[in-house]
Amino acid sequence: MGFKTFIQGWPVYRQLTGTDPLGRGAAAQSARSAELAPRTETADGMARSVCPYCAVGCGQRVFHSDGKVTQIEGDPDSPISRGRLCPKGSASKSLVTSPLRQTKVRYRRPYATEWEDLDLDVALDMIADRILAARAETWEDVDDEGRPLNRTLGISSLGGATLDNEENYLIKKLFTAMGALQIENQARI
Amino acid sequence: MAEAHPVGFQWVMEAKKRGAKVFHVDPRFTRTSALADTYLPIRAGTDIALLGGVVRYILENELDFREYVLAYTNAANIVSEQFVDTEDLDGLFSGYNPDTGSYDHASWQYEGQEDNAKIRGTGKERDSASGLEHESHGEPVPAQAPRDETLQHPRCVYQILKRHFSRYTPEMVARVCGIPEEKFLELARAWTENSGRERTGALVYSVGWTQHSVGVQYIRTGSIIQTLLGNMGRPGGGILALRGHASIQGSTDIPTLFNLLPGYLPMPHHADHPTFDEWVDSIRHPGQKGFWGNSRAFAASLLKAYWGDAATPENDFCYGYMPRMTGDHGTYQQVLNMIDGRVKGYFLLGQNPAVGSAHGRAQRLGMANLDWLVVRDLFMIESATFWKNSPEVATGEIVPEECRTEVFFLPAASHVEKEGTFTQTQRLLQWREKAVDPPGDARSELWFFYHLGRVLREKLAASTERRDRALLDLAWDYPTHGPHAEPSAEAVLKEINGYEVATGRPLNAFGEARDDGSTAIGCWIYSGVYADGVNQAARRRSRHEQDWVAAEWGWAWPANRRTLYNRASADPDGRPWSERKKYVWWDADAGEWTGYDVPDFEKTKPPSYRPPEGASGPAALAGDDPFVMQGDGKAWLYAPSGVLDGPLPTHYEPAESPMRNPLYGQQANPTRKIYEHPINRMNPSPPEPHSQVFPYVFTVSRLTEHHTAGGMSRTVSRLAELQPEMFVEVSPELAGEVGLAHLGWAHLISGRAVIEARVLVTDRLTPLRVDGRIIHQVWLPYHFGTEGLVTGDSANDLFGITLDPNVLIQESKVGTCDIRPGRRPTGPPLLDLVGDYQRRAAMTADRKVPMVTTDAAGGDDAAGSTDEQSPAAHQDGEPHA
Repeated sequence: MGFKTFIQGWPVYRQLTGTDPLGRGAAAQSARSAELAPRTETADGMARSVCPYCAVGCGQRVFHSDGKVTQIEGDPDSPISRGRLCPKGSASKSLVTSPLRQTKVRYRRPYATEWEDLDLDVALDMIADRILAARAETWEDVDDEGRPLNRTLGISSLGGATLDNEENYLIKKLFTAMGALQIENQARI
Repeated sequence: MAEAHPVGFQWVMEAKKRGAKVFHVDPRFTRTSALADTYLPIRAGTDIALLGGVVRYILENELDFREYVLAYTNAANIVSEQFVDTEDLDGLFSGYNPDTGSYDHASWQYEGQEDNAKIRGTGKERDSASGLEHESHGEPVPAQAPRDETLQHPRCVYQILKRHFSRYTPEMVARVCGIPEEKFLELARAWTENSGRERTGALVYSVGWTQHSVGVQYIRTGSIIQTLLGNMGRPGGGILALRGHASIQGSTDIPTLFNLLPGYLPMPHHADHPTFDEWVDSIRHPGQKGFWGNSRAFAASLLKAYWGDAATPENDFCYGYMPRMTGDHGTYQQVLNMIDGRVKGYFLLGQNPAVGSAHGRAQRLGMANLDWLVVRDLFMIESATFWKNSPEVATGEIVPEECRTEVFFLPAASHVEKEGTFTQTQRLLQWREKAVDPPGDARSELWFFYHLGRVLREKLAASTERRDRALLDLAWDYPTHGPHAEPSAEAVLKEINGYEVATGRPLNAFGEARDDGSTAIGCWIYSGVYADGVNQAARRRSRHEQDWVAAEWGWAWPANRRTLYNRASADPDGRPWSERKKYVWWDADAGEWTGYDVPDFEKTKPPSYRPPEGASGPAALAGDDPFVMQGDGKAWLYAPSGVLDGPLPTHYEPAESPMRNPLYGQQANPTRKIYEHPINRMNPSPPEPHSQVFPYVFTVSRLTEHHTAGGMSRTVSRLAELQPEMFVEVSPELAGEVGLAHLGWAHLISGRAVIEARVLVTDRLTPLRVDGRIIHQVWLPYHFGTEGLVTGDSANDLFGITLDPNVLIQESKVGTCDIRPGRRPTGPPLLDLVGDYQRRAAMTADRKVPMVTTDAAGGDDAAGSTDEQSPAAHQDGEPHA
């Protein structure tokens, strides 16, 4: 190690002679921090996304590596948010990677005191059976005067304001076709 | 706004930097107040009195933008001489029927049009929330109403408005709202001085306005001010609704709502819309001006998108398959029906009503009385665990071993694990790219509903039941991809956009919609989002590479217009009102409208255009009718139809108030939707006795660090750490009066529940001097529940269920309560405490809430539920007033 290398390794020297007189940038860098790169630079990819919380619609950049989300940042290109995110939006990575996320179907039998496991396909099949049974039991063909009703009031649904337009479209289309009228979401609340 | 929409608030700060004055009106001093020029504390539930004061200030001083008002509004229209105002009927308008608690609108019409009134006061429109149907278009009105352009006729809208608000003086504002006169005048002066040719003012509201029993009229009052001042359709103006969920605007446009179909087409009603033609005519109002004239094409194209090849002109596009409304099928009616055992199954899709809806106990007891419940969410929420971990389990009202509800919890995909569009608060659709696969069993709603439909159809394949035809004929063929057979969101977006049936070519605009079955459109107002076969919502041209309107970022409905009704940014001759505020104008040389935004007007219709005799639909709009979705092309200062609780806003006290209405004998909204169910006991308000049992006003709102019912924030460690505990904010004066210690415990009691919270003594809340007495208000966040990293009692448990009559939204921004030091009791003694308050307030199970509290109605009947099922609803009574 030559003298020049040695003296340049001393932060105070760099602070006094370099471009960082306040010692808050390059002057304070160690050999280790000089080698660090943001994980956004090494990500496999970046998805252009939108914050899932309120309706301002702030742009998000979702960085991912090996099939995992590694960072979520504000999108500086967005004319809505100019790269900013609020405390909730900034916590989006914690939201989607939270250890509390449920990843398995859970099933509670009538009168049970605990959850049990259930296969997703079985759950879907059981739900379909229950829909058909509820329809059969509560179906209304016509009113007192013979005018069409084509409906069931035995099925209800609540939710949609956190979902995609495409999802709401399929939900409304399917429920309407099955005669389920009692479909609501946060917009009513 | 700084608290709940912080990133949106940066634009308020930008405006302030450029000289805008910022006023903040709120019961509680917040981060927004801290950054505003002036903060006005207000008694919760009195905004119409404040805004009405501003209307009076404008009219008394003739500060309206007269050219705009004359040309673009109904100020000059002359109203029927049968109309009687609340000023003469002690808080009721003419046409009130105490038996049904609703209005006949005949006397509200323009002169000579009394027979045209569609609404005859049965309460039916209230039960189907028809106010929401008309969110994007006006009620029918004749285009040629008599007018007095001098605005001097005593029955012209301008003069009616002036008389209606004449008592909303600065003194009255102070008396009702608790806002000092000088602060009110500062607001009124600043608002009027910053409007007109050269300047505009903007109004921002949120659920602090909608969640009231008279919420629609709050927004109406704001509209009247903004219209009088010429602030609509112009840059820097408008009324901006800040909505609270990523796609709540989208879920209104493509509604998961009982009374609407995509694009604000109404869900058919069994009595009014037995046939396709009757349904369509109820939307397009034959002979009327405006773009709803084309609604036959929108309706036929929707049914074509739903039922594909099966939908033909000969079978009215399978209209016969549509389910029909008979009354109120809203979420609160559903919950009461659950308690009464009438609902079998319930889906919760990213929603947590056990915490987020009013009257949490009713929500949870309803869920405990189902056959089955499907919860789809990212996290284990209170609405999935009510059977083992709810306040009712603690009190013994729900016993797990006795609770029959079968619960399926299905994990959902997050926003980065699927692709699709959100529609944000300004109608802008933004496509999200998928980053990663969802974990484990987690799936998108798109996956769940597509495959649920597939399984249902497979199970029914051999069915000959008539009721199953609608499912079997459904166009349900979406391409899928990947190991889980995920349906293509882009394919669904293309269907929403609409396409030519013969070729599959995506439509470029809703003008291409046809009523002969040759086009299919999932949501006509979204037509153009896939124009030229390109996903326009995915556009991400940087803000640095385009102008301030940023028209190439995402896609806004309709037709990528960023400001609605922007024809009004030019004068009647098509010239900008001022150079400073130019936005869209007529280019005479090119023979077309041009500007920074997509003109919200037929592109080549000149300002001088006058419709020929007998024209209807868009052709009937004159070249200076900017409000193109309205039945007369005008902005309405006075609404002769369409708003169920009055043609003008009037101050009513909240359903629960410690005060008598200082303005009228009529205490609260006489048309509000009430539910007389044993579980839904409302705290008494004057003139009923015993209101002093619940002497304090409480209100709730969001914390910056939490989101709604907490399902997406109490589960996130960083957010949970930032706001770890349920608390109540009280003023130092109230803390002294009740004996509350800072950081100690308090419990709050209403006629429904008792909850506890840590006490934060703060001068963010201030006692208000109102009508000669002191009113104390307390504030609570409503995010807490029993699950997640941080837990606490739910503020929404305190509320009862009373709804706005136009849109059936609950009053959950104001209620009355008592507050006591110390923690609440647990177990059965908790129920005893609530029961004790109910006894002291005489809230017996058979008590009728008095709807009419003035003699002016000509009767003192208490109007109960107006469900069509109730006998009262069948009496189309004559007006009593």
